[in-house]
Order: sequence, then structure tokens, then C-alpha cells
Amino acid sequence: MLTLILILIPLAASLIAYFGGEKIAKTVALAGSLATFAATLVVWQKFDPSAGTQFAFRYPWLESMGISFSGGIDGISLLLVFLTTFLTPLIILSAFNNAYRNGAAFYALILFMESALIGVFVATDAFLFYLFFEAALIPVYFLAAVWGGENRREVTFKFFVYTMFGSLFMLVALIYLYFQTPGYHSSDINAFYNLNLTPGQQSLVFLAFFLAFAIKMPLFPFHTWQPDTYVESPTPAAMLLSGIMLKMGVYGLIRFLIPIAPGGLEQWGYLVIILSVIGIIYGSVIAIQQRDMKRLIAYSSFAHVGLMAAGVFSASLNGLQGALVQSLSHGINVVGLFFVIDIIYSRTNSRYLGELGGITRQAPQLAVLFLVILLGSVALPLTNGFVGEFLLLSGVFEYNNWLGAVAGLTIILGAVYMLRLFQKAMYGENSELTAGFTDLNWSEKAVLIPVVVMVLWIGIYPNVFLEITEPAVNQILQVVAAH
Amino acid sequence: MFPFPVAPPDIPEVIKMVPLHYYLFLSTALFVIGIIGVLTRRNAIVIFMSVELMLNAVNLLLIAFSSYRSDPNAQVFVFFVMAVAAAEVAVGLAIIVMIYRNTRNTDIGFLKKLKW
Amino acid sequence: MSVSLLLLIPLLPFAGFLINGLGFKRIPNSAAGGLGVLAALGSFAASLYAFSLFKENGSETVIAPVFDWISVGTLNIPFSFQIDQLSLLMLLIITGVGSLIHIYSLGYMKHDEGFGKFFAYLNLFLFFMLLLVMGSNYVMMFIGWEGVGLCSYLLIGFWNRNTSYNNAARKAFIMNRIGDLGFLLGIFAIIAAFGSVEFSEIFAKAGAFSVGDPVIVTITLLLFVGAMGKSAQIPLYTWLPDAMAGPTPVSALIHAATMVTAGIYMVIRSNVLYSLAPVTLEVVAIIGAATAILGASIGLLQNDIKKVLAYSTVSQLGYMFIALGVAAYSASMFHVITHAFFKALLFLGAGSVIHAMSDEQDIRQMGGLRKHLPVTFITFLIATWAISGLPPFAGFFSKDEILAHAFAHNKVLWGLGILGSVMTSFYMFRLLFLTFFGEFRGTEAQAHHLHESPSSMTIPLIILAVLSAAGGFIGVPEVLHGSNQLAAFMSPLFEGARKVNPGLFAPIGLSHSTEYMLMGISVGAALLAAIAAYVIYVQRGSVPAPESVERRGLEKLVYNKYYIDELYEAVFVKPVRILSDVLWSFGEFVIDLFVEGFGALVIFLSGKARKLQTGFTGYYIFAMVLGIVLFLFWNLVVKHNSAFKDLL
Repeated sequence: MLTLILILIPLAASLIAYFGGEKIAKTVALAGSLATFAATLVVWQKFDPSAGTQFAFRYPWLESMGISFSGGIDGISLLLVFLTTFLTPLIILSAFNNAYRNGAAFYALILFMESALIGVFVATDAFLFYLFFEAALIPVYFLAAVWGGENRREVTFKFFVYTMFGSLFMLVALIYLYFQTPGYHSSDINAFYNLNLTPGQQSLVFLAFFLAFAIKMPLFPFHTWQPDTYVESPTPAAMLLSGIMLKMGVYGLIRFLIPIAPGGLEQWGYLVIILSVIGIIYGSVIAIQQRDMKRLIAYSSFAHVGLMAAGVFSASLNGLQGALVQSLSHGINVVGLFFVIDIIYSRTNSRYLGELGGITRQAPQLAVLFLVILLGSVALPLTNGFVGEFLLLSGVFEYNNWLGAVAGLTIILGAVYMLRLFQKAMYGENSELTAGFTDLNWSEKAVLIPVVVMVLWIGIYPNVFLEITEPAVNQILQVVAAH
Repeated sequence: MFPFPVAPPDIPEVIKMVPLHYYLFLSTALFVIGIIGVLTRRNAIVIFMSVELMLNAVNLLLIAFSSYRSDPNAQVFVFFVMAVAAAEVAVGLAIIVMIYRNTRNTDIGFLKKLKW
Repeated sequence: MSVSLLLLIPLLPFAGFLINGLGFKRIPNSAAGGLGVLAALGSFAASLYAFSLFKENGSETVIAPVFDWISVGTLNIPFSFQIDQLSLLMLLIITGVGSLIHIYSLGYMKHDEGFGKFFAYLNLFLFFMLLLVMGSNYVMMFIGWEGVGLCSYLLIGFWNRNTSYNNAARKAFIMNRIGDLGFLLGIFAIIAAFGSVEFSEIFAKAGAFSVGDPVIVTITLLLFVGAMGKSAQIPLYTWLPDAMAGPTPVSALIHAATMVTAGIYMVIRSNVLYSLAPVTLEVVAIIGAATAILGASIGLLQNDIKKVLAYSTVSQLGYMFIALGVAAYSASMFHVITHAFFKALLFLGAGSVIHAMSDEQDIRQMGGLRKHLPVTFITFLIATWAISGLPPFAGFFSKDEILAHAFAHNKVLWGLGILGSVMTSFYMFRLLFLTFFGEFRGTEAQAHHLHESPSSMTIPLIILAVLSAAGGFIGVPEVLHGSNQLAAFMSPLFEGARKVNPGLFAPIGLSHSTEYMLMGISVGAALLAAIAAYVIYVQRGSVPAPESVERRGLEKLVYNKYYIDELYEAVFVKPVRILSDVLWSFGEFVIDLFVEGFGALVIFLSGKARKLQTGFTGYYIFAMVLGIVLFLFWNLVVKHNSAFKDLL
């Protein structure tokens, strides 16, 4: 029941924000998202990591067809729900800096998005998962297409069609699996786990799922929608996309692809890990020469996701745990980084590194918070990025030493582009644009300080999160082993 | 000759006077005439009439079978078909009349705006 | 020894960092400086206390877990401390020399606008450096390892208005990261081989491997890549000379005394593994010798006072690796200790000179400073004497021990060591003579401003001078009627290594006469070099040519540091930049071509397909009739006719 409440609070707040009008929309949005976060904390407090799926709800939906409206929370879900509900208030708060026209619709869409994302992470019915998976696409499409930059139309159209294209393959796979279930058929995820598919079937199912999630995350070479979309989207939409939405891909890999088609993984594992590792290097190398800060973050995010995928495909405990912690860390870091860029943009009207410089003297507080988030994203020990990357790299290394070594280049290349970003923006002489830079105001601090606290907390005491997910991950690995 | 069921014994003699396959031939002939009319004529009204002919060919067949099986269901059904056909004729003719009023023409080759 | 005492050692500087960092610009300079110094001193006191407790408790290794940091499955990485001889020695050096440098900074940074920030960073550095040496597992070591890299980055780029300083900082961080990747992969290999990262567990299990096992060789080589980065060995040394962009106390603390010796610490810590891998030891010795020669030779022609010292540091670190390579671990540690004293002293002395010379660093503009800076001169002289390996100062004993072990191991290695020692002596005396002797060659304004530094700067100099002079007596060799206390103190550390590879620790077996002869040769050679420097730079009074003079042949090559930076720029940096541009413009275009191409294909096909919609009603009717006929044919004939069975 609690799970359902988690989905319903943002949905209700979304409706109130939309119909309540411009004036109260901001407040309602913030309150609604905070209430959801509070509810998540309640769930977390009551959660027992060893007890499997909890707080389950189940309502008949297409009962005669074995399809139900059902959800529940296990460790993996909880972590990602926590990520979603933690970040949404921050994203909403970060939007306060800019006046978006038709704000009621803007905030309502963000809340609707939150609801759909939570739905994705808690659904225990494959078709419900698919429903939320697609529902999450709608609000972000409108956010980008209505409030985006100059080329928003072409870019968002490409994004929409591309991801839709991928998910349709997943739908086909889901329907196929549904018909493989015994008796009157069922679309319960557990029923899918218990299927005994032949290697040939698994191979096809694997490819269909892979395509859907690879486009969503995105993995090399399915990523070309991503940088443009991030650049053209309004910052809150970019945060939603990179911070939370791409974690749907990671979640999908862990929840569906690995346990349902381990045979496919055996067959295609090398290929997809190599693709992921290529993506890491490819994204990092491109990020080195970027001038537009948003595009730089987009490519760095792409590189990080590649590492997460490689960890997941290694199908080892370290890899999966690392991918989950890194999902959390990456979401937090990327939201922080995008917000810093938004702050700089709102003051200087520029996102181009060549036009900035010397900000650290005008805004030492911004510089410190920026630096901590940045260190998190270059995986310095005692920040959140390190825990994730350490586990991920060790998982990949375990799978294949050479691939692990190549993937490890990310820690060098990451330092190269991130420090370049920091130096060009914050150090050196002031440019015309940055001469009158003002330091953070209260609402900006209210976003960045929680982000920084989380960066350090996860870095210093990651066990809080690792403990939650470990039993659930072990369960997935047991399903894999049983095949 | 045809693998159709022989008429049951308890139907009236008067019906048996015309064998079932006569009806079949007739309605098939009517239907084919309708199809040929639809395919070959270019005047919308003539095509419309041909469609009606096909419809009635089917109606005739339904009645014939119904009589030979002593089953009134089909006759009821035919009434429905006729009612619907009447409605359809009303709408269809109205459209044709409107087209004629606007274009002074009922040639189907002339109305080809709805392409690509 | 309680956990809280051990926690206190790193947490004091950390508290100093937090207070100074958060209160930057709000805390007055006097309080900020005092706080920073107190944090370091407190940490030093706690280290001393820990040392005395350790001695009292019979030198038992203490492992103190604080909390579980990362645990996944069977892999558990605790946040815990290990206190033994090695970490105690490092603790004392770091906090001791660190405290002196903090005090020195009070005077040196007095007029800097970032005074509080500077102390915050210094304290943060101490924190990470202490974690590095106190950690009880490789991942803890890695925390410190990367953390000191961060502080090094922040402090090299401390004056962040200057782009070339920032570039130097970035270069240092990135080159260190290259090494760190090796270290990290080494950790993964350790996890794969031992299933743990705890020192105690790994070294206990290492006995199961035979000498020269490829797994151990791989692990040790990977770890050594990390040491190359952090301790500035070939090929990853070019960041260290550039790192001189930082304030001079930073160069003294981080880039001479402590951080750069982390690589040596790591190898000594892993001595069991290294002793199992003779191949790696060979590599270590070769790289160390090459670095020692390369660094010293570049140092011969440098004219920036700090650059000379930087290359000297590179070269001296090479010596330490030579010692490690011949499994003379305690000799290496000995040199770490003495080097920390005299090199910190040299840097601080250089800082005092730079301070007096109004930020001038070119020794061609100096000269005759001994009259104006007497304390600096005397302390600098002592340090120069010590680093040149002349008795009876600290450098003599430690360098001699290294050379003796090298001689026993391989004569060529020893020869290279002597060559490096000659060069060291020459460039150090050259530096000394050019700076403090002869006539003053600077500008009028500089001459007017010349003054001895304040006591906050000279007192640390004096203390370090005493240590540089007397520090060698902790390791007087047997041949000179000493008992080599340091080696005796450290010997329990190598018990594990002795057990797994006893051959490596056979007594070096040099007769006393050989040892005397070796000492005589090295001291004589160094003295000759010093005299040569005296003749050239004092008697003849020659001054290195200014920048504008065209240099030729070998001199040009060495003066330009063998063009290694240019080489790296051309081989690594430029290609990556070009690759980045190419991938972005062309690579993305090609990939997108497929995506966009797919869309274009759909549009093209739909363009063809819509031609079917001719708009002719008759055509539609015909299609419909045809469709119905086909359906009927399928349903009535094909489905029920055995002739078509095969089709279905």
C-alpha cells in the first residue's frame, strides 16, 4: 500500500499544480515532491533488506489475462526510488531560478514524470512496467519540446522516436515472454524468471531488451540522440533525463535482461561489454575537447553509463552492486553539475568555456561545492563516485582483465576533462562575463548543499546503500545461476 | 452436383418446385453482374446501383437457404439488411447529389483529389 | 593503543582543514595560521605518544578497525588503521617535518590573500597523507594516495589566476592518475588472487605463491606503476618539476619530503610481495637508476633554484628505488628519512632566498647572498653537504648504505649510483655557489630589499639543519662501529619476506676493506665534483649563459630536459586532442548517419508506398474485390484442399 502511495502523491500533486494555477504551482510542486521523499524515508525506515519484495500492492487489471496492477519494493527498487524522490525536489528547486512561462504545466509535468519513474521502479508486472516506462517519456518530451532551446523540435523528435523505437522491441519481447508462461499466462516478473527458455529464444529476447535499454541509457553506438537532447532541453529536463531516466535503462538491465536471458548474456556478453567499454573511452575522449559545458557533461554522463552497463553485463556481485551505487551517485552528481552550469549560465548567459574564467574569486562558495561534486564525478576516494567505480571496475576486471584495464582509462580521462572544465570556468583571469559574478543565493545553496552532503555520505559510508541492495542483487544472481 | 445439404423432407412441396441450385445460380449471376458493374462503370450512380444488386443477390441467397432449412432467422436478418441498405442508400445518394451539385459530374474518375 | 588516539592523529589536521576551510576569509589570519600549526603539532604529539606506546607494548603491530567502509559479498574493506614500525616512522616524518613547514609558512605566506585557504589545504594534505600511511589495507592507502594527489593539485594551482600554474596543477593530477590506474588495477589483481585487501591477510597468504609467480609479478608491477606516478619515476616524472609552480613550503612538504615518498612507502609496505617477484625488483632497480641519472643530469644545467631542487628530488627518489630494487628496504627508508630532512631544508632555504629576492627564482640573478642571509646560508650549506653524501651528515650514511647494497647486487648499478652522486654533488654546490657566493647580480631594487627572513622561517631552518646534520646517526653501519638502529628497528617488517624468499636476504657479505673502499670512492668522487664546482663558479666566477644564448649539441638536449615534455605532448596529448575532435565531428556524424539514415529510409519507402493511393475510386474498388476474391480463395479452397497441404 505504501508503494502505491508513493506513486499517487506526485500524481495528485501534479494535478493540483496544473489546475491550481500559476501562483501555487511552484509551492505545490515542491511540497508534493518533498512529501514523496518523506514517504520514501518512511518506507526505508520500515524496510527489511532480507525480506525480499515488500509493501506489495496488487489490483486486478486484466485479470482474465493474468495481467495485474501490481508493485512492490525490494532493495534495488528502494535505492532507485530513493534516488528519484531525493532528486525531484532538488530539480524542482533548481527550476525556481528561472521563470518558465506556463509554470503550472511545467511543474505538473515534472511531478507526473516523478510518478511514472517511481512506477517503473516498483512495478512487479511486466506490462505495468512497460506502461510506466513509456509514460515517463511523455512528460520529458513535452518539457524538452516546449521549454527547450532553438533546435528543440528536431532534437526532441529524434529523441522521442528513437527511444520509442527501442521500447517497441521490448514490448515484443514482453508479449513473447507472456505467451511462453504456462497455463492462462501471466505477466508477473517472477513468472518470467521461472521460464525455461531455449538458448535460441534467450538470445532473441536478450537482443530485444538490449536494444530498448541500450537506447534509453544510452550505450554506444545508440547514443546520438543524447548530447543534443541534453543541450537543447531546459536544465530541469536534462536533470530528469540524465539523473533519473537513464537509470531506467540500468534498472531494466538488472531486473529483466540479466535474470530472464542469461543465456543471451552468455552468447552476446562479450560483444555488449566491449560496446560498453568502447562507449566509456569514446565519450570520455570526446568530452575532452568540448567547449559547451552542457555538452561536456552529456558526454561524460554517456561515458559513466557505459561503465555501469559494463558492470551489469559482467553479471557479478561487484558489478551489479557497483552499478546500483553508481546509479545513485551518478544521478546525484550529474544533477549537481547541471545545476552549477545553470547557475553560471543564469549569471553570464554563456555556457562556453572560452568565455568564462576566474569565477572562484567572485564565488568561492560555488567553487567549493562545484569542486566537491566534480571530485565525486572523477571518483576520488571518500566521494560517492569512487565506491561505484571501484566496484564496477573490479567487476569488469574480474570478467576480463584487459577490458577492466581499458575501462579503467575512464579515471584518467575523467580527470582530464573534468579538471579542464573546472580550470577554464573557475580559475584564471576573469572574463568580461564573469567580472560581476555573484555568489550563491539561498535556493541555490538549498540544492547544492544536499547534493554535496550525499556525495560525501555515500563516499564515506556506502554500506548503508550496499546493505539494502545486496540481498536483492543476490536474488537476481541466483535466478541467473539457476538457468 | 454441389455438396450442399439436400432439403429436409418436411418442407412444403410448393417450395421444392424450384430446386435450391436454381437460386444459387441466379444469385451468383446477380452478384457477378454487380461486381462487373462496379468494376467497369464510371458513373457513381450506376456503381451504386450495382452495389445494391450485389446486396440483393446475397439477400436472395439468404432467403433461399432459410426456406429450404425451415429456419426463419435468416429472413429476419434479411429485413435488417434491407433496412440498413435503405439507410445507406439515403446517405450515399445524398453524397452523390452533393458531389453532382458541386461539380456537375458523377464520374468517379473525376474525383481523385484524395491521393498521396 | 586505543582507536581514539589513532583517530586523533589524522582527525586533528582534518578539523583544522574544516575550520579554516569553512571559515575562510572570516577567520583572521593570525587565528587561521595558529590553528593550522596547532593541528599539525597536535598530530605530531599524538604520533610521538603512539610511538612511545608502541615501544612500551613490545613493538606489537596494532590493527585498529574504525568501521566497515565497503562490503560486498565476501569482500570487506574496513576503514581501519595499522600501526607498526613503518607507519610510525612515516607518521613522525610527516607530522614532524609537516609541523616545521607549517610554522615556516606562517612567515612565508604572511602577505598572501589566501592565507587561511593555504593552511586549510596544508592541513587537508596532512590528513590524507596520514591516512595513506596509517591504513591497514590497500584501499585505505588508495584513499590517501588519491587524496594527497588532490591536495597537490590544489596547492600547485594555489595562485590560480596564473594559467600556467593551473596547467602544471592539472598535469600533476593527471600524471598521478595514470599511476593511480596502475595502482587500482593492482588492487583488483590482489582481490582476484587473495580475496582480500588487508595487508595482514595478504602477506599471510603470500607464502602459498612461489618465487617469481606471474600473478605476483603482475601485481607488483601494477602497484609499481602507481609508485612511478606518485614518486615521479621515469616515465611519469615530468609533473614534479612543473609542480614547483606551487608556493615553496608546498614544494618542501609535498614535493620533497612526504608525498613523493609514498611510492617508496608502498613498496616497503608490500615487501613480501616484492620479495616474491625478483623480476619486478629488477625493473624497480633499473627504473630507479635511470631516473637517478636522468634527474641529476637535467639538474646540472637548470637555472631556476626550485627546478634544480625538483630534479634533485627526482634523482634522489631514483636512489630510493635503486635500494628497493636490491631489496635493501630499510636502506631505502633510511634515505627517505634523511632526504625528508635535507630536501625540506633545501626547499625552505630556497624559499627564504626567494622571499628575500622579491620572488626572483633565477640563480643567474643572485649571488653573494651569504652576507645578507647568514642563517639561510649556513643551513643551506649543511643541507648541500648532506645531500652530496659527504660525511658526517645524514646523506652520507643513507646513500652509502644504498650504494653498498647496490654494489653487492650489481656493479653496474653501483657505478650508476656513483655517477649520479657525482652529478648531485656538482649541481648542488653549483647552486650553492651561484646563490650565496660571488657578487650580487640582481636589480637595484632587489638589492635594496635583501633581508634575512623572520624567525618563524629561520627556526624551522635551524631545526631541520640539526636534523640533516645528525639524522644519519640513527643508521650508522657496523663498519663504522655503529649498530644501525634503524635497520634493527625495522627488521620485524621483513620477517614475512624473509620467510617466503630467504635467498634475497642473504647477508651482503662485503668485507670491511671493500666497504671502506666504497665509501672512499663515493666521498672522493663527490668531493671532486664539489671542488670542480668551486673552481668553475667561485674561482672563475662564471655564470650560466642567459636564455637568449643558443645552446648546442648535448648541452642543448640536456638544457631542454631531453625534450621529454615535447615528446609527450606530441605522442600523447596532441593525438588525444585530435582524436577527440575527429570523433566528435566525424565519428558522431558517421554513427548518426545510420540513425538518420534509418529515418530517411522510412521516409523514402513511405514516399514510394503512398503512391499506391492513386485517388481513383475504381482502383480502390478493384483492389477491394481482388482482396475479397483472394480471401475467399484462401478460406474455401486452399484451406480445405489436400492438394495445398504442403503450402500450409
